[in-house]
Amino acid sequence: MIVARRELGGYFATPVAVVFIVIFLALQGVLTFNLGNFFDRNQADLAPFFNFIPWVFLLLVPAITMRLWAEERRLGTIELLLTLPITQGQAVVGKFLAAWAFCAIALALTFPFILTVNFLGKPDNGVIATGYLGALLVAGAFLSVGSALSAATKNQVIAFVLAVAVCFLFAVASYPLVTDFLSKTVPTLAEVARRLSVAERFQGFTRGVISLRDLVYFASFIGFWLYLNTVIVEHRKAD
Amino acid sequence: MSADSSTPLIEIEGLTKRFGAFTAVDRVSFTVARGEVLGFLGPNGAGKSTTMRMLAGFMNPTAGTARICGHDVQTDSVAARRTLGFLPEGAPTYPEMTVEAFLAFVAAIRGYGGKEAGRRIARAIELTTLQGVRMQPVETLSKGFKRRVGLAQALLHDPPVLVLDEPTDGLDPNQKHEVRALIQQMAPEKAIVISTHILEEVGAVCTRAIVIANGRIVADATPAELEKLHPSGKLDDVFRALTLPAKAA
Repeated sequence: MIVARRELGGYFATPVAVVFIVIFLALQGVLTFNLGNFFDRNQADLAPFFNFIPWVFLLLVPAITMRLWAEERRLGTIELLLTLPITQGQAVVGKFLAAWAFCAIALALTFPFILTVNFLGKPDNGVIATGYLGALLVAGAFLSVGSALSAATKNQVIAFVLAVAVCFLFAVASYPLVTDFLSKTVPTLAEVARRLSVAERFQGFTRGVISLRDLVYFASFIGFWLYLNTVIVEHRKAD
Repeated sequence: MSADSSTPLIEIEGLTKRFGAFTAVDRVSFTVARGEVLGFLGPNGAGKSTTMRMLAGFMNPTAGTARICGHDVQTDSVAARRTLGFLPEGAPTYPEMTVEAFLAFVAAIRGYGGKEAGRRIARAIELTTLQGVRMQPVETLSKGFKRRVGLAQALLHDPPVLVLDEPTDGLDPNQKHEVRALIQQMAPEKAIVISTHILEEVGAVCTRAIVIANGRIVADATPAELEKLHPSGKLDDVFRALTLPAKAA
């Protein structure tokens, strides 16, 4: 799609792309090798790598999405984009796909991890592949949240903070921190929270399992937030 | 194009926009036919940009309708926008793109590819005399060039309807002259609406002028008729008398 192509070009025309990719790779490297004890574990897999990736995305994905709509609004180009003969839905999806493709590129550049682990041992590359698919879906989920929140405000800092907060909620929903609290107060919600958790859904992929339920979960999660994004754009475009 | 030459290309009926208790545009109705250049005049904040935004489908009216070439801007908005060239206020463009890349993006969205896109981009660049800066990022250009990039974008698909919000703002006198000449040259085949608060522009390019104050149309006449509304025969005085009614006496 044309909007997506322009957007993606925009990332690489500015230092945003380079800074993002360098920081992403550096963070993933430090976390995997140092905190994750990649070598000391003596296991040929990428478990430490995948354990950290949702948390790195939690911080970096909102940094991409905070500008998606807020920047268009600040520059006034939203008035140009939305008066071109495309629907608002097309504009929303186009921007989302560009950001997602960008995350995919960043993720693809972590290929030295795969080479390393294959050089040192005999990992199950199928599990690694599903892990990458899961990571990409987590990125997509966070992107859809961030994009919708970016459309709600002109201020990029607010867009960033809100996106981190909301993504954090969805990430930790399955953690004892949240579930213990909920099971004491509203037990029915504890199960709901666990099912809605992005981190919980991601776990399956890191174990090499692709379940239809998880795929449906991510598809409906992203679909819901993009729909919300379109509604927000429609109502707040001219503010 | 569904409209033949007899039906107006722009039809606005009872267009109203309220922001909370404030009424920015109050039951504005007018039509613009092919061959007309309508000057949209009014003090800052009178509702010119709001009306144009509703016409371009960027803002939803509180009440009333607008049609471009017979397409309702709300219910048939993509079709309406296909027949419209719109220059938003301040001529926003993506700062990191080069002039050519930006126009290529607009051409692609408008459905032109390959040679056809190249031909249209070249023509738009020629019309707005942007040849010297085609490979420069828009953010490095002066205000006048940016305005012309916005204009090139609006002309690219040779639309039957042009809505230009302050097309000559920020241009030097020579550039103003060029843009006016361009508008006059295109006028016979199109319906054009330009907003401005430069009164000399009205006499120079417009076949008709609408004065708007506090969201309401206070005059709709040819520039010559408008001049007769004040004993001095000067547009400046007419404008003041129409838009400052309380102090006019």
